[in-house]
Amino acid sequence: MSNRPELLAPPEIFYDETEARKYTSSSRIVEIQAKLSERALELLALPEDGVPRFLLDIGCGSGLSGETLSENGHHWIGLDISASMLNVAVEREVEGDLLLGDMGQGLALRSGVIDGAISISAVQWLCNADKSSHEPRLRLKAFFGSLYRCLSRGARAVFQVYPENIAQRELILRQALQAGFGGGLVVDYPHSTKKRKEFLVLTCGPVQTSIQTSKNEYDESCSEDDNSEDEEVGVSDRNRPRKKRRTNKQGKGREWVLKKKEQSRRKGNNVPADSKYTARKRKSRF
Amino acid sequence: MRLITHNMLSCNIKGVTNGFPLRIEAGNVIEKEVDFNPDFIRHMFAKIEWKALVEGARSMGYAELPEDSPDAAVLKSDEPFLKKLHHALLELHLEEGALVCPETGRKFPVNKGIPNMLLHEDEV
Repeated sequence: MSNRPELLAPPEIFYDETEARKYTSSSRIVEIQAKLSERALELLALPEDGVPRFLLDIGCGSGLSGETLSENGHHWIGLDISASMLNVAVEREVEGDLLLGDMGQGLALRSGVIDGAISISAVQWLCNADKSSHEPRLRLKAFFGSLYRCLSRGARAVFQVYPENIAQRELILRQALQAGFGGGLVVDYPHSTKKRKEFLVLTCGPVQTSIQTSKNEYDESCSEDDNSEDEEVGVSDRNRPRKKRRTNKQGKGREWVLKKKEQSRRKGNNVPADSKYTARKRKSRF
Repeated sequence: MRLITHNMLSCNIKGVTNGFPLRIEAGNVIEKEVDFNPDFIRHMFAKIEWKALVEGARSMGYAELPEDSPDAAVLKSDEPFLKKLHHALLELHLEEGALVCPETGRKFPVNKGIPNMLLHEDEV
């Protein structure tokens, strides 16, 4: 991870005229972007009734990801902070509407009007403080808060992100959950450093209630690394109140232990033989 | 920028409570043809603020939409009406001009069809 563009300059400066052109003329980038947006659209799980939807593409750049949306028949609004990138998009005659805006300032959209949002490799830019007035946490908060408001209930938002490290991933996820979203991380190709792709899949709607109360619980769970393909971490499930374990002073008793040992033997495990000491209580000095 | 987007945009300057609808100052309006899809128009109809749409269309020189919001029954059958709505929502583009916040009067310039919604630091 040596050449991260986020570390070189703020997005509106990094993606200048030359960089914007380079970005769009590289067939490799075009292909990767198309694949990522295909996948994001798949994760968006829009209802398959043939009706086009009204989507939002955050950090649309030169409209590479928007093209995939158009190909699938959807209408979209693209938002980007780099005017040069948007100029390239205009030249390429993309079908969606373009907005010059900073997602960290919040989205200037009315409530409940958007059917879904995708964002390809953009949200990690918010983790940088490029101006003295920038505070990544507040910018993420403004972004996710306004996104939550403008999505219709039950709509999804899918972000493909390249977090720099675990702390960044945690910060993004935490802000998303605090804004009221439910959802989690989907990791494609987790074993490959190059092909590894992370998608943050957020749902707007019914699961929001439990998130406020259990702030401490997801702190620890977010940091877990997923290591199987396409594994989804259910955040909503994770925040469910834990079942209280029934305990009594006496412990489980000899019978229970014997039963468990028998079960384990049947599975073919190596279990110590039963003796008079089995399940006997320790002396009080312990 | 099309009117469908204008209908979704609201001003998000800090402290502004009612930043919708943004007033359109039209400089240059162009038309681009888009495939007509009645299902999409019906789907979007529920989300459209009718008054803002009519006003927006007027300021862009298209006055064929009725003043009052039509009811859902019209949408099912009235093809010519749907076509008009389709034209207003998707085919009119504001190329040059400005959007004006109704509360503060702040202007967001529109160049090459792209509204500049970037806020100054004291507006965040």
